[in-house]
Amino acid sequence: MALPTYEEVIAKWDPVLGLEVHVELNTHSKMFCSCATEFGAEPNTQTCPVCLALPGALPVVNEKAIESTILIGLALNCKIAPYSRFARKNYFYPDMPKNFQISQYDEPICFDGYVDVEIETEEGPKQFRIEIERVHMEEDTGKSLHVGGATGRIHGADYSLLDYNRAGIPLVEIVTKIVPGTGKYAPEVAKAYVAELRDILRGLKVSDVKMEQGSLRCDANVSLKPIGSDVLGTRSETKNVNSLRSVERAIRGEMIRHAELLNEGKKVKQETRHFQEDTGLTRSGRSKEQAEDYRYFPDPDLVPVTPAAAWIEELRATLPERPSLRRKRIKEEWNVPDKEMEAMINADVLDIVETTVLLGADPTKARTWWLGEISRIANDQNVAVADLSITPAHVAELVALVAAGELTDKLARQVVEGVIAGEGKPSEVVAKRGIKVVNDDGALMAAIEKVCAEQAETAEKVRGGHLPAAGALIGAVMKETKGQADAARVRELLLGHLGQA
Amino acid sequence: MSSLSRDDVAKLAGLARIEMTEEELVSLSSQFGMILDAVARVQEVDLSGVKATSHPQPLENVARPDVVLPSLSPEDALSGAPAKEDSRFRVPQILGEAE
Repeated sequence: MALPTYEEVIAKWDPVLGLEVHVELNTHSKMFCSCATEFGAEPNTQTCPVCLALPGALPVVNEKAIESTILIGLALNCKIAPYSRFARKNYFYPDMPKNFQISQYDEPICFDGYVDVEIETEEGPKQFRIEIERVHMEEDTGKSLHVGGATGRIHGADYSLLDYNRAGIPLVEIVTKIVPGTGKYAPEVAKAYVAELRDILRGLKVSDVKMEQGSLRCDANVSLKPIGSDVLGTRSETKNVNSLRSVERAIRGEMIRHAELLNEGKKVKQETRHFQEDTGLTRSGRSKEQAEDYRYFPDPDLVPVTPAAAWIEELRATLPERPSLRRKRIKEEWNVPDKEMEAMINADVLDIVETTVLLGADPTKARTWWLGEISRIANDQNVAVADLSITPAHVAELVALVAAGELTDKLARQVVEGVIAGEGKPSEVVAKRGIKVVNDDGALMAAIEKVCAEQAETAEKVRGGHLPAAGALIGAVMKETKGQADAARVRELLLGHLGQA
Repeated sequence: MSSLSRDDVAKLAGLARIEMTEEELVSLSSQFGMILDAVARVQEVDLSGVKATSHPQPLENVARPDVVLPSLSPEDALSGAPAKEDSRFRVPQILGEAE
């Protein structure tokens, strides 16, 4: 039997989602020891007796990790537990040298929250509420490298090599309640949820949220039930979903796979599956047939976490505006087209542009400078825009100078170069480089006459009414005046000179 | 008297990764019963009003500042490893060929 199409799947089946997102916090040190957390360090250079589980080593929790987790909980509208504990999750696997992972079990630090996400549908924008079951603290595992076998996969490998630099990095797990009622939009809703989480976490500055580096990872639980039924189907859990697009593809793929099995009267196996980026399909992983028995119990080496109510309120007061709402507000206030909005977000200049506007610059001008000339220079120098020495105050000053007619756009670009080269603020660069607009019509006319004489043929065309040819002449005049002329004035004078005014 | 079946003991041994002979499984199943009975005597004590605890000291919020301190050198970190390769711990095959 052929695979059902997505349309056939949703005509008959109703998907139910559950999403678990793991976030590596960006603390300087690990969750329970003082080792560094830098990504990409040489293997086993960031380990100590605690994260290697040497006998007698004792964990002590990182206070910044607790603070970050509470911030995440608050941003997700969760309640914060006045009392919560760490528990040991026992299992044997070489990526956990202790043979247990310190996690939280029945007493998570944050619980009962929600996130609203919006997606575009055929009927216009539609909002979905994703309810959050819990947010809890745990530690990341080490990294395995499987050697031998055909594919570098764990199956059939001869042996494995372990790097424990990542073991013990603070990890926050965010678990949704089951998400019903998304229907055919299930893949988009899941993607929008992960994107919204990523934005919220980035806004909180608690994680690098780089899916490609694994600092944000999503496990997607999917099951299908017949439309109209109240009985949940058997779910599969897909791991290894490492991009927003993959979230969408993985869920769509699993819906189709489940529907095929169910249509043929077969059963969906409750199991962990691994998403394959190349094919968009999932592959069976660890079977969950033997119910997992982690024998959780409170970790006797760690004491309860009891955040004071006053501290929680202090943290709540520092929460930034929610990114999606902020974007909506900015887009409306500044009247920004979709494409430009996207460009600003992708270039990560929204904060900088907003500050520039708050300093008095026109939003469109501010945006154009940061996205255009300044981004280009940052690109050339292979650095982030924010790392250049030009500041929002500089750009606001620049915009004001252009508005006052003291600089042309072209001259302003020279000033930007000067500021970035460390020559001072715009007014200082203007003074030092002797940059000024040529307002002297006499000097401009001399340049125009010279250019028209040099390019007599082109000038003749313009004289004959072929106005597009004027562009080349204007360019030449601008060059002649070293960009210090106002192009609009040059055009006016040139056309007058050639009898086309 | 409580008792644990031979299969219960086999499951526990499996979870703890302890290899046991058939004889040990059988003899341990009755010994576990006695151990459970001994521990169960705690339940005879009146514990109403006593809070469950997981730590002998009544401590809360023991935390450390987020400051990096030097780690072990990779040589020291790997010095106790039964096998190593390329600055990594080498471990035997984790899963077989089957899927």
